[in-house]
Amino acid sequence: MKKNGFWSRLFMVLVFLFLYAPIFVLIVFSFNATKSRSVWAGFSLQWYVKLFSDEAIMEALRTTLLVSAAASVVACIAGTAAAIGIYALKRKSRGIVLSVNNIPLTNADIVTGVSLSLLFVLAVNAFNSTFGTRWELGFWTLLIAHITFDIPYVILSVLPKLRQLDPNIYEAAQDLGATGFTAFRKVILPDLMPGIVNGLLIAFTMSIDDFVISYFTAGSKVSTLAMEIYAMARRKISPEINAISTLLFASVLILLILINIRQSRQDRLAKRQKAILATKK
Amino acid sequence: MSKELIRLQNCCMAFDDEQVLNNLNLYINDKEFLTLLGPSGCGKTTTLRIIGGFTTPTSGDVFFDGVRINAVPPYQRQINTVFQKYALFPHLNVFENIAFGLRMKKVPDPADPSGKRMVKLSEDEITRRVDEMLEIISLKGFENRKPDALSGGQQQRVAIARALVNRPKVLLLDEPLGALDLKLRKDMQMELKKIQQQVGITFVYVTHDQEEALTMSDTIVVMDKGSIQQIGTPEDIYNEPKNAFVADFIGESNIIDGIMCADSIVQMYGRKFQCVDSGFAPNEPVDVVIRPEDIDIVPVEQGQLAGTVTNVTFKGMQYDIIVDFRGFKWLIQTTDHSPVGAKIGVKIDPDGFHIMKKSAYSGKFGDYSSYSEEYDELSDTEEPEDDAAEGDSHEE
Repeated sequence: MKKNGFWSRLFMVLVFLFLYAPIFVLIVFSFNATKSRSVWAGFSLQWYVKLFSDEAIMEALRTTLLVSAAASVVACIAGTAAAIGIYALKRKSRGIVLSVNNIPLTNADIVTGVSLSLLFVLAVNAFNSTFGTRWELGFWTLLIAHITFDIPYVILSVLPKLRQLDPNIYEAAQDLGATGFTAFRKVILPDLMPGIVNGLLIAFTMSIDDFVISYFTAGSKVSTLAMEIYAMARRKISPEINAISTLLFASVLILLILINIRQSRQDRLAKRQKAILATKK
Repeated sequence: MSKELIRLQNCCMAFDDEQVLNNLNLYINDKEFLTLLGPSGCGKTTTLRIIGGFTTPTSGDVFFDGVRINAVPPYQRQINTVFQKYALFPHLNVFENIAFGLRMKKVPDPADPSGKRMVKLSEDEITRRVDEMLEIISLKGFENRKPDALSGGQQQRVAIARALVNRPKVLLLDEPLGALDLKLRKDMQMELKKIQQQVGITFVYVTHDQEEALTMSDTIVVMDKGSIQQIGTPEDIYNEPKNAFVADFIGESNIIDGIMCADSIVQMYGRKFQCVDSGFAPNEPVDVVIRPEDIDIVPVEQGQLAGTVTNVTFKGMQYDIIVDFRGFKWLIQTTDHSPVGAKIGVKIDPDGFHIMKKSAYSGKFGDYSSYSEEYDELSDTEEPEDDAAEGDSHEE
């Protein structure tokens, strides 16, 4: 194919237009001076100001950050442990467990959301009727749901790091006087760290991003930013939505860029190592 | 005479019904350079791992200095290991790699008169000992390099230093030179032997390379199929192999069916030959080993046997000649050239024969009919061993 031909360029422009025009319009209108969604009336930060003084939105932001942070950290610990377990399995069972791990990734969010919601209602009701409490779906169920869907992402980003490990270094550390746990902490963990941090960032992004699963599991009193935006859009059409969506988009974008930079740096490092090894052979 | 340091007694090992070690009995002396030699899958690495404490034998006992250590974990044994692919810690520099064991160590507090309180080694002490090691492996100035910025030979030396800095009583080496090229391997063989004599501790060395074993060892343990085939000095093993497997695995051997007519007289090809072996029953069937370099080529009429040259290969120092003696092909190494198709006679001195009792390996080795293929096999001996932990591809 001819490089940089007119048609291929046009095609690229169209693709990017379809992909990013909506977001571009959103960002532009978040700085609009009037309420109108069609007329540009000059630059203003008023919707951002209003946003930060809106108690409901701020509350939702706090919930989102708290849930995302807590969920991604817990998922990181659980996911890393799971990845190590999976790695230690025999090849056949490893394949099965990995397929099971991948189901939630491809499963429709709405199915995950509804099923988690059903499970939580069932569990909470059973708990309440036995202990006479009056618990309901809320922050904790939301958190558990987020941990649940974050874990597979962590596993997927830690496993490749495990594969790159020299299978003998754990034994080497023990050989040099480290107990099993010390060997893990001093030798395995530092090597897995890049993968774990990547997993953390991906999980955090997924959590911030999520609407459907949160919607079904947060109950009626708690809401995340995504849920709040949805509610606002249904109540009244306010340019505040544009502002907050812009912020959400920007923060997720920054996280994604961060992940990509880290990954490409690690890939480069791995490539260089391989090149060095190849010359040594 | 040096004293016994390690003893393996009736050790058996099975993985998923597969018998890897068969009733192994072995003792290792203090300050000895002992090599476990055998083809891949012979159980040599498993034996090493049992000594290191990474696996426990299914049955049998391991003794260290007279104490049973079956249940002692690796971090409590006075044994250190140099792993096959070095297993250096990639996130630590050379200094920290070598210092790792020292940082794990606790010694009695000199300030505590009861001697019960344990403290870590001081930073000064660690630096001093690491520097001392860097001196021995001549890698001074490389302290801050990460392992991936070192050549294979340098990584190798760091792995040795990292083990030796702990002043173990025994150093285990699992095919440590396998990944190096030939030239470097020869240098490292010398260096390892030198280091062993310098530090004066026991080395237990695992290899499938018979030449490496002959060059470095005080004692060689030849293993196959989970059993010890022979234990002895390199000279013993080469000159007096116990069975056809050992004779074939160590160096080149022509192994011919024979009958021991009486002491010092062996019969093969229907002819009686003078030899120096004795102690067999009258007319006992035996395996006769004749090393290729012990055979002289003479004119047919002066020879003890006559055969036809079928293949000649120039090897630099000598010619490898394949000679057909009534259907059985011998390898002869000689400095004289004989053309293919020539009728030649051979003469063997009495001490050129080595007589072995018949064993399970009789008839399986020592015929050079498939000469060329055999050499192909030899050239790719770098076999992947221990693939259990690896599974699928390492990197994508």
